[in-house]
Amino acid sequence: MLRTWFLLVSVALALLAFLSFYRAVIGPTPADRIIAINVIGTKTVVILAMMGFVYEEEWMFVDVALVYALISFVATVGVAKYFRKGRLS
Amino acid sequence: MSLSLVRDGLAAVSVTAGLFFFAVGTLGLLRLPDVMTRMHATTKCDTLGAGLILFGVALGMGWTVATVKVMLIVVFIWITNPTASHLLAWALYKSGVPMHLYRSFDADEEESR
Repeated sequence: MLRTWFLLVSVALALLAFLSFYRAVIGPTPADRIIAINVIGTKTVVILAMMGFVYEEEWMFVDVALVYALISFVATVGVAKYFRKGRLS
Repeated sequence: MSLSLVRDGLAAVSVTAGLFFFAVGTLGLLRLPDVMTRMHATTKCDTLGAGLILFGVALGMGWTVATVKVMLIVVFIWITNPTASHLLAWALYKSGVPMHLYRSFDADEEESR
């Protein structure tokens, strides 16, 4: 019962991720695209955790979600630094 | 029986509330007029939405090691997402990104002169 509800909620989150991807495609400035990609990263972390509950293999999926959150943070900080300085070194 | 039922109900309510916050954040991302206002909407969706949904997942799992890891993800997202948004907003402000509301205030001032 709870697993079915979690599956429905993660499908809805995937649809919301596609809506965010629309903003990433049409966004008038590069900052809009970065914000949209950041939101998609957060939604992917949440969907991975919920998939771990649905498939009853929390070990694997939760570790993947943790690493994905780390990589998304590093990417956003790198792009912010590129905006500020115009270079990455 | 009853304790497990209460726990599952709390998990379902928490996950649904998180989905509501994600929907509101995505609506703001699509509809708001400006980069800074869009960022404001998406940070709400990051903290409240992800926090509530991951808390619901941790409730539904019961007490395992994976529960501790899920709460670790929540703490990590609550630390890193405001940091990343602050860095990005600071860089955008320094690079002089156009702001919709600020420009309309300027136009009002010029009309009143």
